[in-house]
Amino acid sequence: MEHLIIAPILIPAFAGMLLLLEVRERQPLRRLTGLVSALALIPVAVGLYLRAAGGDILVYQLGDWAAPFGIVLVLDKLSALMVLLTSLLALPALIYASRADDKRGANFHALFQLQLMGINGAFLTGDLFNLFVFFEVLLIASYGLALHGRGPARVKAGIHYVVLNLIGSALFLVALGLVYGTTGTLNMADFAVKVRELDGGALELARIAGLLMWVVFGLKAALFPLYFWLPATYANATAGVAALFAIMTKVGVYAIARVQGLAFLDGPLAGLGRDALWVLALLTLLLAAIGVLGARRLGEMVAYLVVMSVGTLMAGLSWGSPEATGAMLYYLIHSTLVCGGLFLLADLVARGRGKLGDQLVAGPAPAGRSGLAALFFLGAIAVIGLPPLSGFMGKVALLQTVPSPLYWLFLLGGGLLALVGMSRAGSTLFWRATGDGRARRLDRPRLAATVLLLSAAPALAIWGEPVLEATVATAAQWAQPGLYIEAVLGGGA
Amino acid sequence: MEAMVAIMIAVLVGTGVYLVLRARTFPVILGITLLSYGVNLFVFISGRLALDQAPIVGRGPATDPLPQALVLTAIVIGFAMTAFLVVLALRGQGETGTDHVDGDADEGGQR
Repeated sequence: MEHLIIAPILIPAFAGMLLLLEVRERQPLRRLTGLVSALALIPVAVGLYLRAAGGDILVYQLGDWAAPFGIVLVLDKLSALMVLLTSLLALPALIYASRADDKRGANFHALFQLQLMGINGAFLTGDLFNLFVFFEVLLIASYGLALHGRGPARVKAGIHYVVLNLIGSALFLVALGLVYGTTGTLNMADFAVKVRELDGGALELARIAGLLMWVVFGLKAALFPLYFWLPATYANATAGVAALFAIMTKVGVYAIARVQGLAFLDGPLAGLGRDALWVLALLTLLLAAIGVLGARRLGEMVAYLVVMSVGTLMAGLSWGSPEATGAMLYYLIHSTLVCGGLFLLADLVARGRGKLGDQLVAGPAPAGRSGLAALFFLGAIAVIGLPPLSGFMGKVALLQTVPSPLYWLFLLGGGLLALVGMSRAGSTLFWRATGDGRARRLDRPRLAATVLLLSAAPALAIWGEPVLEATVATAAQWAQPGLYIEAVLGGGA
Repeated sequence: MEAMVAIMIAVLVGTGVYLVLRARTFPVILGITLLSYGVNLFVFISGRLALDQAPIVGRGPATDPLPQALVLTAIVIGFAMTAFLVVLALRGQGETGTDHVDGDADEGGQR
């Protein structure tokens, strides 16, 4: 049972390698391998989550090297929650892509599995350099996936995405060099201990290292002013890939939460960069809301909604109280699943409209118009944060725990702008359409994948209280870095 | 020696940043390469500079081997990423017909 912790990394790694060995391009076999792996991740992630939910922090020492020297994987409530969320998002995204989109490039399924491996690894690792390595794994897989399907628009967005992330990686390495140079360790728990003992010049260097990490994670999370790559990349990516990418920005949010929770909650560098993150998060929220209003395509609109959710989350996180972080985590689950579902929905709409695609101009009605319109309505209510769905619950929880008039203004104002934008999109696509789209039928597995992701909105509302309790408990554990440090350095022999 | 290494890193990073800000993909790739050289050197010296010491174990004091392992990982990753970026830039040239980083032929961009 101890070894179960590494399974979320090993399952997709093995599946990815098997897929690379499969040279004869038998698409059904590839799909089967990919889907079995994505399906297998769900019970594993649930099992890990149930173990972590008991309150214990489980440490897995790779190669049985003791903690500060070897690399450790750490399973606490936060990492277990993120791994579970990844597995729940990955399966519908892969089902959707497996209908036809995966045929446009030879290695789609292998890249998808390696992407999952990188994401799960980034969530589980307890070592900063290992975090860098898993970032690179998930990035190089994401480069391939973002470009999957060819086309000049994808290549254009891809070059920006790749160059920006390479520069981000360089900055991350500088930060790691500073971390190692000042504290002599790269283990997150050990770093958290050592950074509290620094003073003088070394403390200032550690401060620079921390701020550089915020820049790098902010780039991953698409925080203002580092979000301009996101709408182009996500809106041009294949639908299943864009849906999976909904978790990628959350990797950045998670990394900030993890490092902040361990090293910068108290001690000499308490609240490092928190004020700056707060302001930047609010600006992100505002600018993304304007982006939603100005979007010319549905996919682009959803991409701006992803950026908006990042602003909402980062503001909640940088408020700093465990209660706000708990509410933030609930909103994180909601926004990841609903935005993923909306990316799939945008593609479903685009499929029935010929050359117009998902552009927001009146045209032929999408296939199965009334059903899609109902789904769009559901997704829009959820993502804007109107009652009675999960977005409303998440926003109320955030408003209750972050008592700042400024935040209320930005969150509610942003919601209003998003409401206007989504209403415009919905009425253009579904009401001003010609024909009723009944002649063409929707592809059932695609529809099922979309419904599966969007059903998170009512599900998170119905079981809102237990989920919110769980995220608040997660945040309470997050706010006690001593537990994590004790688990990694203390009893891990 | 510290000053010399520091100046070397500064020059590498400075030229790298300048080239990354150019409008054509080729200088951008060169810039990223120089940038990663500078960063790799920086990681390498985070274990402090030492002369005439055993690399890992041996007689007398040893240098810190960990940054060497880190920098090796970073070099391998950086190499793969650069190779990927070269291919991507070539593809961009093929698909858009220009080597401008925005894919727009000579619109506001200069060499």
